Amino acid sequence: MSDEPKRTDPRGFVVQGLSALLRGGLPALAALIGTGTIGLGLLVLAPVVVLLLAFSFGFAWLKWTRFTYTTGPDNIRVEHGLLSRHARAVPYERIQDVSLEEKLLPRLFGLAEVRFETGAGGKDEIALAYLSLGEAERLRELVRERKAGRAPLQRAMPDAAPAEPPSPVLFAMDNRRVLTFGLFEFSLVIFAVLLGAAQQLDFLFPFNWWEWKGWKSFAGDHRDDLDFITGAGRLAAVLAVLFGVIGVALLGVLTGVVRTFAREYRFTLERTAKGFRRRRGLFTRTDVVMPVHRVQAAWIGTGFVRRRFGWHELRFVSLASDKKDASHSVAPFACMDEIAPVVREAGFHLPDDSTEWQRPCSAHWFDCALLHALPLGAGAVATALFGIWPASIALGLLAAIFIVREHYLWRHDRHAIDEEQLFVRRGWLSPRLELADRIKVQSVELAQGPLARRRGYATLHFGIAGGSLAIMGLPLERAREIAREVLDSSAAVDFSALPR
Amino acid sequence: MDEEGDLTPLHPNHVKALRLEATIAAAPFAVGSFVLETAGVLPRGVVIVPILLLLAWFVIRMPLRRYHARGYQMAADRLRVVKGMLFRSDTTVPLGRVQHIDVTRGPLERYFGLATLVLHTAGTHNASIQLSGLGEADALALRETIRETIARAAA
Repeated sequence: MSDEPKRTDPRGFVVQGLSALLRGGLPALAALIGTGTIGLGLLVLAPVVVLLLAFSFGFAWLKWTRFTYTTGPDNIRVEHGLLSRHARAVPYERIQDVSLEEKLLPRLFGLAEVRFETGAGGKDEIALAYLSLGEAERLRELVRERKAGRAPLQRAMPDAAPAEPPSPVLFAMDNRRVLTFGLFEFSLVIFAVLLGAAQQLDFLFPFNWWEWKGWKSFAGDHRDDLDFITGAGRLAAVLAVLFGVIGVALLGVLTGVVRTFAREYRFTLERTAKGFRRRRGLFTRTDVVMPVHRVQAAWIGTGFVRRRFGWHELRFVSLASDKKDASHSVAPFACMDEIAPVVREAGFHLPDDSTEWQRPCSAHWFDCALLHALPLGAGAVATALFGIWPASIALGLLAAIFIVREHYLWRHDRHAIDEEQLFVRRGWLSPRLELADRIKVQSVELAQGPLARRRGYATLHFGIAGGSLAIMGLPLERAREIAREVLDSSAAVDFSALPR
Repeated sequence: MDEEGDLTPLHPNHVKALRLEATIAAAPFAVGSFVLETAGVLPRGVVIVPILLLLAWFVIRMPLRRYHARGYQMAADRLRVVKGMLFRSDTTVPLGRVQHIDVTRGPLERYFGLATLVLHTAGTHNASIQLSGLGEADALALRETIRETIARAAA
């Protein structure tokens, strides 16, 4: 029955051991082979390695036996710890969403990691690694049922997936879309990885990787192979550089496509009875359910290039978060027509013709441009006086770019407020649109620096659960007015009365 | 700020506490300038006079200005906290958004009979809003009022 302490799936222990082996063992093996000491190394190291393995497996096993979770009538309890015991209980109502993550290795064993997001953030969340898929589904169903205050379902067989009516798909990406998406995700991370690997394995190189001299003597030793470049004259050198650049660019695009495919493969966003359900991933498959009313704000972003083709990204801000990002990406690559229904489903509305956009105070942008450009301009003049022309020109250009940027921002930044929402549109190369629910604002701060006070403008910061929203450079009177309006609508509804 | 008149000033002892804090912060500089003076490397009074004048302003005048820049305003459903001399900040929390309330008292505050009221919200920006320099009794009374308001609204 569910109310007794349970252990995680025993296969999970095997998976953890295996992945530790892969992480630690493979590089060691590679190093041994690379340095050519594999025979000797194995002879000496084998007993040590076996001992270490036995020790770590034994330790992992002990930990596994001491880790239990209990699904009680109104909370879920986790107890763990070898010597000092820790117990944590989380009430069902406090669980923001339950996410399932199937990494490649656990996935082969039919296991998943279950995380209960409470908004405590990162390390403090309860994570059960690893459970069988059936058990994971059962837990998620249980949390959903208990949260809704209903009696738990009559116990189904633990491995039978609960029958659910098919839920409407709000947004999905086919392979073609993911491929297009990947083309825009240019990334040079591969070089960072290579550099990192070079640093880790630099003892494998015949010379010191970080010293120019080593490269020089290396080139000298291989003079015959390199002569054709210098021999063929300048054109060949130019071509070589050109091909090098093209090669790097191609590699960057390829990395982007591969990474995007791995992350976004078969992206589906569904509207289930209890909220949004997002599934994606090729090797690591994740499955997140987030309740609709937990969405605090929405964020629509784009990129410098993809914007020309009408591609946008929709994110939801909530207390729970994706692993690294502060918000959930619910439509990473979509056109506005596809985004609109998802936004509507979350209870928000996009700005339309009736939205009264307002522009911020021009003094704010003028001061910003001045603050950025003045030191740079002074630097440009100073370097020019000393006759360092390249530095002077670079600084001058930078100052000009800042002035152009602030001018553009002044022309394009907008904000609006209507009965339900706040809208903020900002940004230069990749403008974004932020929507926030007025009654979900937790606090309002009106901030003014010394310049702002003299020139009569202010910045409004809104405290939002899981995110932040700011309107910069508002005329003081207007800032006060917006603050008052938002506070009036926010104060009228108590926190406990917010939809949850 | 044109709404300055509505603000409730903090407890007068807050100035004393700020002054004591400033004195503690200034002490090393005073000692340093004294050492420099007695060492006699520089002409007499070149270092110590301007530094002592500066410190005097820092200890006597600035706490007063900081005190006057601060204040709060308690309305039926919200609390407004204003502070900052150069960088003004005017934060308002609807009481219905307060998650929990702390009243803290550091050693200096205890000596002067002061307390700091801390309101925690669920927001990421301004997750906790501090109102320092309240009289102890005022802080406790404010906490009671806010607690009752929340309890009433949640009921």
